[in-house]
Amino acid sequence: MAEPATPAAPAPRRASHPIDARLVAGAVVIGALVLVALFAPLIAPHDPLEQDLLYSMLPPSWQAGGEPGYLFGTDSLGRDILSRLIYATRVALTVALIAALLAAAIGSLLGLLAGYFGGAVDQAVSRLIEVWMAFPPVLLAIVLAAVLGAGLSSVIVAIVVVDWTRFARVVRSETMVEREMEYVASARTLGLSGVFILWKEVLPNVAPLIITLVSVEMGIAIVVEAILSFVGLSISTDFPTWGGMIAEGRQVVYQTPWLLGLPIAAIVVAVLGFNLMGDGLRHALDPVHRR
Amino acid sequence: MSTPLLKVEDLVVTIAGQPVLRDVSLSVAPGEVHGLVGESGAGKSTIGKAVLGLLPRSAKITHGFVMVDGVDLPGMAEARRRRLLAKEIALIPQDPMTALNPVKRIGVQMIAPLTRHLGLSRKEARARALAGLEEVAIHDAEAVLDRYPHELSGGMRQRVLIAMAFQTTPRLIIADEPTTALDVTVQRQILALIRDLQARHEAAVLFVTHDLGVVAKICDRVTVLHAGRVLEQGSCAQVIEHPQHPYTQALQAATPRFDRPADVLSPVPASLAASLWKDASEWDRRHPGGTL
Amino acid sequence: MGRTALLRRLLLVPPTLVGVAIVVFVLLRVVPGDPIAMMIPPGASTEDIDRLRAAYGLDQSIAVQMLAWFRDLATGHLGTSISLRQNVGSLILGRLPATLELVALATLIAIVLGTALALIGAFYRRRAGEWAVDGIIGIVVAIPDFLWGLIFILVFGVLYPVLPISGRLDPRLPVEFTTQFYLVEALVTGQLSVARVLLSHMLMPALALALPLSAIIARVLKASLAVAESADYAQMAKARGFSRRAVLLNEALPNAAIPTVTLTGVQFTFLVGGTVLIERIFSYEGIGNMAVDAVINRDLPLIQGIVLTFAVLFIAINLLIDILVTFLNPRLRRG
Repeated sequence: MAEPATPAAPAPRRASHPIDARLVAGAVVIGALVLVALFAPLIAPHDPLEQDLLYSMLPPSWQAGGEPGYLFGTDSLGRDILSRLIYATRVALTVALIAALLAAAIGSLLGLLAGYFGGAVDQAVSRLIEVWMAFPPVLLAIVLAAVLGAGLSSVIVAIVVVDWTRFARVVRSETMVEREMEYVASARTLGLSGVFILWKEVLPNVAPLIITLVSVEMGIAIVVEAILSFVGLSISTDFPTWGGMIAEGRQVVYQTPWLLGLPIAAIVVAVLGFNLMGDGLRHALDPVHRR
Repeated sequence: MSTPLLKVEDLVVTIAGQPVLRDVSLSVAPGEVHGLVGESGAGKSTIGKAVLGLLPRSAKITHGFVMVDGVDLPGMAEARRRRLLAKEIALIPQDPMTALNPVKRIGVQMIAPLTRHLGLSRKEARARALAGLEEVAIHDAEAVLDRYPHELSGGMRQRVLIAMAFQTTPRLIIADEPTTALDVTVQRQILALIRDLQARHEAAVLFVTHDLGVVAKICDRVTVLHAGRVLEQGSCAQVIEHPQHPYTQALQAATPRFDRPADVLSPVPASLAASLWKDASEWDRRHPGGTL
Repeated sequence: MGRTALLRRLLLVPPTLVGVAIVVFVLLRVVPGDPIAMMIPPGASTEDIDRLRAAYGLDQSIAVQMLAWFRDLATGHLGTSISLRQNVGSLILGRLPATLELVALATLIAIVLGTALALIGAFYRRRAGEWAVDGIIGIVVAIPDFLWGLIFILVFGVLYPVLPISGRLDPRLPVEFTTQFYLVEALVTGQLSVARVLLSHMLMPALALALPLSAIIARVLKASLAVAESADYAQMAKARGFSRRAVLLNEALPNAAIPTVTLTGVQFTFLVGGTVLIERIFSYEGIGNMAVDAVINRDLPLIQGIVLTFAVLFIAINLLIDILVTFLNPRLRRG
């Protein structure tokens, strides 16, 4: 049945732009993590590497047998878990930021070129994506980390090499849409070069999408770093990382379950924060959703 | 006059706060074909939707009744209303291309209401569906039952939908512009089919259309609607041959007919349309929120 | 998908597989760890090491090694595992059934859970029920399988120990299997108590794998259901006196399933890839767990074999999804 048209239809309501609650919540969480990472030496009650075998495997301070000086207890070497969690945010955020930005840069560049120029460029990029999609991403990351050897830079490279396709796929199809738009056609008739149009006209229109993806990718990068630490392929196990703490906690889970639970909680908070921010950004930056 | 089968009384419906039906009354007697004419936006489909319980969520009946057999339909308990829809009321839709479920075979779609609502066995239901298809002049009925909608032409699909509307032997049929989406040649066959089946099954039809020419062919009585208001009502002969309201006269003049060349057609004059819309907004001013 | 489109897809399979093989082969040849050094007993002479290296062909150039490997692949040989000294093909075949059973259970859970969530959310549209479903989806989709697995171990394995946290079967259980498909075999032969033990071991890893996919299925299906429910054929069903529940299940769901399968297909390969870690976390004896060991031991032939196996699985899944969509959508069927 045909919708009855309302005759004197009022002009579309010009609602204010309320800032998305998810965006705020996500930004608060991520902001707090950044502050913790920056001021780790001031916040942490102990040196994260300091061992004290007299105080090993202490439960959190509110449990029976806990020590007030060790809020979240200690691990099997008597290191303060709270301090290790705090210092581990540094590794997590460093990896998240650098890996996500690099993956975004490489993936978006290839996606833009493939989507805009089409033809042989698109064929090459598409085949490459297809080959990449045939790898289990986690296995590829593990193999890469093994190949590159332990260290922060290996972890970052592994994430970038595995995850550039996330950006390439989306940016490619979005660019193909943008290329058909009026404004690109008029830029072409003005005789502007393809690279110039891509940089000045197409990229700004695809940028909101890329920003959203970067936010989500940062959450993914934190998880991948944790996975590599968990498998023993991230940076040295002495220096605190969430994944490394999880690996230790998994081995002594019956004796010290908090050693496993606390770093999991930290990762969950970070990942939810990045996802909330990504969802909020998508709504805030997408003109269709903007109401 | 016998008690009306469908009686709409002082009906006011608002959608998102805007009145779309402004104090509409009409009644359809058993076995009568009642034309509901108006241009798009007149609110004619809304009446059908109100009967069938398909009004959008934002729509509100702020006043009046939609009564079938003397019982208010929107106010009825859910289960009873569904039973009534299942047996006594049927819909012939506007667009046969979208009104059949694309992923289910015709037979499955025809048989489900018969087994679920009428309690027929699968075998009986299949026989009834076959008979229904033959009634709408589909000759390879067996084969059609096994087809998917996309394998049939628009005219064939509309025949299937008409067969489905009549197969539960309802007493009231809402035909919502059933020929608008079809080719002109197919239109006439479909109209004849509806008239024929209606007479044979003694069903009343509320025939929603924007086309006075169609009304002339099929209807017993007519209601002319504009901007959610009834402008004129009466027997078909009276309204078509001697329209009283200037709008009906204008509509009449705008309808293509075989007995005159197309170039004498004239659209509804802008001044008339404007004054009618002015009346409508005057009505809205007097009835804020659509309450009488 | 028409027949020509299917043929086109099939033609692209071999080049993709060759691409995967080349990438993994070249990648692994730059591994710094020496696999031979890891397998020799202490005190072996340099001649012994060289002989071993020659036996595995590791003294040749990369190009020669790759050609040899491709020649073997063409005859169905995946090589010999360096760390386990067994045929790679039979090692993988021995472990693959465990992984496939886990994947199948996880898929089942994901579909059931995702569909249920979507239907509940669609039924309670614009009511508290929908917000609740949206909230659940938002949280479940953000947390990856790896973390779910660890959370389950902590909660249901340690804090409230109701499920076993490692292995595929209780090693003390005196049962013999003739195939590697333990669960299928136990169910077919009617050993229900054995099946229950197997399932109790599989439940947590399968659920961990399933949750992210179930949330994505729920999100896409819920949106598709809303579109389908407003379609004319669904409105017709309502006009025929069918309840909302019946309209959602019988009219909207079969139509909404089509875009849902198309859009969640890629995510399904992520579920399969997730077995690598989940099997590791739960010490489950599948090829994923074997893959991590292979990487740690620098067992190049085994890594290559497993990666290729996953690639074949992924490509097969994508084809299956295309065929499933054709099956669900009669408009795509021809001939």
